[in-house]
Order: sequence, then structure tokens, then C-alpha cells
Amino acid sequence: MFAGFDFNVIERSFVYLFKEGMTFTLTLTAMSAVGGIVFGTLLAMMRLSSFKVLAVVATGYVNLMRSIPLLLVIFWFYFLVPYIGAWITGSSQPIRVGAFASSVITFVMFEAAYYSEIMRAGIQSIPRGQVSAGYALGLNYWQTMGTVVLPQAFRNMTPILLTQTIILFQDTSLVYVLSITDFLGAASKVAQRDGRLVEMYIFVAIVYFIISFGLSLLVKRLQQKIAIVR
Amino acid sequence: MKYNWNWGILFQTSADGQQTWMMTLVHGLGWTLLAAVCAGVIALVVGSIVGVIRTTPLKWAVRLGNAYVELFRNIPLLVQLFLWYFVLPEVLPKAFGDALKQMPPPWGSFVPAVIGLGLFTSARVAEQVRAGIQALPRGQSMAGTALGLTLPQTYRYVVLPMAYRIILPPLTSETMNLIKNTSVALTIGLIELTAAARSMQEFTFQVFEAFTAATVIYIVVNLTVVTLMRKFEKSIAVPGFIGPAAVGGGH
Repeated sequence: MFAGFDFNVIERSFVYLFKEGMTFTLTLTAMSAVGGIVFGTLLAMMRLSSFKVLAVVATGYVNLMRSIPLLLVIFWFYFLVPYIGAWITGSSQPIRVGAFASSVITFVMFEAAYYSEIMRAGIQSIPRGQVSAGYALGLNYWQTMGTVVLPQAFRNMTPILLTQTIILFQDTSLVYVLSITDFLGAASKVAQRDGRLVEMYIFVAIVYFIISFGLSLLVKRLQQKIAIVR
Repeated sequence: MKYNWNWGILFQTSADGQQTWMMTLVHGLGWTLLAAVCAGVIALVVGSIVGVIRTTPLKWAVRLGNAYVELFRNIPLLVQLFLWYFVLPEVLPKAFGDALKQMPPPWGSFVPAVIGLGLFTSARVAEQVRAGIQALPRGQSMAGTALGLTLPQTYRYVVLPMAYRIILPPLTSETMNLIKNTSVALTIGLIELTAAARSMQEFTFQVFEAFTAATVIYIVVNLTVVTLMRKFEKSIAVPGFIGPAAVGGGH
């Protein structure tokens, strides 16, 4: 079946694929995950806030992000960020934003909506009494959140946060539409240059599978390890 | 910083010289929904079969089902679509491959997109079906056996009617995911809603009108689907059984 194929192309482009492509993919994943979790936690705190305006704004943002496709969000931010940048710096022209910065901003903003749903569940899983106890001890809102609620919420939600990060890792392949050299983009460039689409895309699928599946096994083990017996 | 807003662009003639840009977007929506419905049928049928298999007492079948789910869950959708679009015609016998490649547009990209989206979503449906069946008390299928029902009969009359009701809320969110995921098919050339907005942006340079219009359409579709599904859920709900809350995960 594979008689006419040349799997040598993978060997030839191996260094390029991983040094250029996979480095980009992993950096984008890591930065978006950290940014997304921080922003997502803030969104979750806003949604649960007793200050109604904050709650409405955060809910609207999360619902908006969750009802449109990631690809549309990628296009949105790709064109919107230069204008926002110009607005912030006060320049009259849309500013230049690199492909990497643009995709990090996109994924942070988009994934924050999904992370915030997870963190909201995590915060709500902490009994109200603990918050009251915090206040009774004289802690303010940020101290109660920072030292009592969030550490437990993070601990409870770590497996789900990590699972979401694996999904994020797979989603970063969509920056392909901006002709960025992420792992898939690099493979696709080599594939088109050498006319070796079949070999390349099969290889890409295998690499993504190994990484995602391996990580999901680790998450499963972690889940068993840190589960709190109730 | 200045951006020239021009909402009238939506009602101007589009690049094909026949219809307005608004209609271009509506056509895109048509393809989005058609692809979602076709892929949804595949996902429901295949997902149900795989999901049921994973709850049977047959060890090897369970393992096969698990492997299926892991395979489709751990490869990005975009890569899967590339496999169906670029790779499948090459590894099939030549006659089949050529037939696939010579399908007239838009079917040449529609068919691989539907297969890819369908199977990708089927793994997620399978996971829900399995969870739904395992959420039922074990006594129910035991009672079925005690009544003299065979295994297929137990599934048909006892387990599945309950399981489908339980998993309807998560299936609603899978439906939304599927509708949103059809946008990935633009990478293999299907002119669905996002691609239509993108082509409008490229021809007219009215970036934000095009994307705002697409966003509004997606939101309307979203609200419609949620409202319909909530009604459907209410009408078939069994008192006392609530679906597992969908915490995060996926899109």
C-alpha cells in the first residue's frame, strides 16, 4: 500500500519540524495555558462576585467566546489586535503585531472562557462556610480567596485544567490558517515543497497522538494520586 | 486610529456579481448547518455503537472501543480532516482514490469534512453514551437479566431508553461543538460561514462588518439550538434523573 511513498522526507526535515515547529507549538501552548488560567480564574471570580455589573460582564464574555468557533476568534483577533494596540498607544495607524504575539493573545482570551468555567466549578465546590470562616478571622476578600478558596479549588480542578490544556495543545494547530510555522504549519510547508503530503500528515497525526495520549495517561495517574477521599 | 465603518456593504453585490454579501453569509450558514447535520447523524450512530460496546461484558470489544475513542480524541481535528482529504485518496486503491479526487466542488471537500467531523464527534458521543449507561444503577440491567431478557433486549428496552435521556444535556453541548467545529472544514476548502465571512473580508476589506455579521449569526444559531434542545429535554425528562453536569472540557 505504501510502496510509492518516501518516508525519508520525515528524516530529512526532522530537525526543522521539531526545532521550529514543535517549539512554537509548545511555547504557544504553555504561554496560553498560563495566561488563560490566570485570566480565566479572574473571570470566574468576577462571575461569582456579589458586584452585579462584574458578574454580568464576565458572563457575557464567557458566553460570547463559547458560542463562536475558535477559527473565527483567531481571525477576529488577528485583525483586531493591531487596532486595539493603536488605540492604547494613541497612534493613528494600526500597529504591527507579530504572528506569535497575536496568537498568544487570541488563545489566552479564548481559552480563558473555558478555564473560567472549570475554575467556577472549582470555587463553588468549596463550602461557603470556609469563606465565612475566613471573613470571621478578619481576612479580606483577596486574602480569603488567595489563601483559603483558590488553593483548594486549584487542587480539586488540576486534572480537568490539565485535560483542557491537552485540548488547547491540539487547538493550537489551528494557527495554520494564519500561515504560521507551528508543528502542523512546518510539516505542511515541507509536505508541499516536496510533494509528500501523505507521509507528512500521517507523521504529524502520530506525533500529536503520542503526545496527547501520553499526557492524558499522566493526567489519569495524577487524578488517582491527588483525589481527596471524602 | 480610524476605521471606516460601512454596514451597507452587507447589502452590496458580492464578488460573484449575483447576490449580496449578506446572502453569501447565509449560503455559508447553509453549508455549516448541512455539514453539522450530516456529521451529527454519523456521530450519533457510530458513537452510540462504540459507546454501547464499551459497556458490554466482552473484554476485547471494550478494549477496541476504548482504542477507537482515544484515537479520535488525541489527534487535532484539523489534522484528521487533512488525513481524510489529502491522505485517504492516496492510500485507497487507485480507482477509489481518483473517484474521490474528481468529485465536483463543493462535494470534494464536503464529503471528507462530513466523514472527519462525524467520526471526530462520534468519539465524544461514545464517551457520553458510555457515561450515561454507567450512570444507571447496576440493578436495572440485572433486573432485565432476571426477567429473562437477552443482553440486546436489556439494552434495547431497559438501559438505552434511560441512558439517552440522561445524556441529552451533554449531547446538546456536543451539538454546539459540532456546529462550531464545522468551521475547521474551511481549511480543506468548504465555504461555510466562517469561510464566507473571511472571503467577504478579503474582497471588501470591511473586516469588522464581516466578522461581526458572522459572530451574530453564530450566536443566533447557538441560542436557537439551546432553546430547542432545552424544550426537548424537558419533554422527555424522567423525574429524579438529571444528566451529569458538563464541567468544562472541549469545544
